[in-house]
Amino acid sequence: MEIKKPAVAGTLESSDCQVTVEAGEGKIDFSLDSAVINQYGNQIRKVVFETLSNLGIDSVRIAIVDKGALDCTIRARVEAAVFRSLEQTENLPWGGAIRS
Amino acid sequence: MNPNKKRLRRTMMFLNAQKPGLVKDPYIYKPDSIMLDLEDAVAENQKDAARFSLYHALRSIDYRGCERVVRINALDTPYWKEDIRCAVAGGCDAIRIPKTECANDVKMVESMVEYAEREFGRPKGSVLIMAAIESARGVMKALDICESSERLFGIALSGGDYTKDLQTHITGTGIELMGARQNIVIAARAAGVQCFDTVYTDLDNMEGFRMDVQTIHLMGFDGKSIINPRQIDIVHEIFTPSEKDIIFAEKVVKEIDTKKAQGIGVFTVDGKMIDIAFYDGAKRTIELAKASGVYKGDL
Repeated sequence: MEIKKPAVAGTLESSDCQVTVEAGEGKIDFSLDSAVINQYGNQIRKVVFETLSNLGIDSVRIAIVDKGALDCTIRARVEAAVFRSLEQTENLPWGGAIRS
Repeated sequence: MNPNKKRLRRTMMFLNAQKPGLVKDPYIYKPDSIMLDLEDAVAENQKDAARFSLYHALRSIDYRGCERVVRINALDTPYWKEDIRCAVAGGCDAIRIPKTECANDVKMVESMVEYAEREFGRPKGSVLIMAAIESARGVMKALDICESSERLFGIALSGGDYTKDLQTHITGTGIELMGARQNIVIAARAAGVQCFDTVYTDLDNMEGFRMDVQTIHLMGFDGKSIINPRQIDIVHEIFTPSEKDIIFAEKVVKEIDTKKAQGIGVFTVDGKMIDIAFYDGAKRTIELAKASGVYKGDL
């Protein structure tokens, strides 16, 4: 999958995160803003990279503003942003590229 | 038959599937079922994002025995088929159909659920269905709807849309809901499925809520849709048999079993005339007490 247009998913409410994706330059350009970056920064990064890998994306600029999201919420928001970018809302690969 | 078809469903708590703060731990309030909503609670421009949240919540969060029902979008929207694929792939226990008007609505959903079960490798029949009645036509077709599918475990009244269709409004007295409530209970009982009452939205009026729950309990409903954890204890208190009811039911069951063997058809228990007509009701009280975790007897 290839990110072509910018897309955003998620909110800045507690327990959520906001994910922005834009076209990349041949690599994953990751940025994170979180109040718990020292405790959970590595874990959030791991979940984001794993989710992108499942989706087959290796070129993207991705920015996360975390408000205490669980891993499952981070996965959901990354996927929502990616599929918004692709403008795909039907016949989604549940249990395939989209997986826990 | 799916063994969960007749499970205890005193409370069904609505949660917006799009809100991570709501879906992460509702089991701490111990509702019998949670209703993960993709329909009215989710804004039109968030329908897509809500599905991803739903899928991962279903896959990742241990809801500790709470039944996980997903309310899909209505059949006149472009969303409902993908909602079903997502919910079934995620592992939901049941699908709630909004705005059900006829048996064919249930059959359309049943067909899509079967397709999704095959696609995602789930056993046939593992996903149950319930139908929400939200219009005068739906109320008039309640029995057809109840008998439309082996997967259908129950029907629910949705009072907001129903009263709009009836050209009235929710008054808090229940007068505007009387006919629909009665019709839905009768249809459900005739078809052997469960029935659930609509939400009570005035969260500041807990006394009014208690009276509402007492009314629908006496009418024969199996449970109530709720929108706030504060409402759970009241519903469970009213829908759980009291110790006095359980003791009396035990006596009725045991006496009927004994007297039947002796060829006696009518007798008294605690001064009340009892015959075989009381048997099923007493057994139901015992079963409800067992399901509610309050029965300590030996029946």
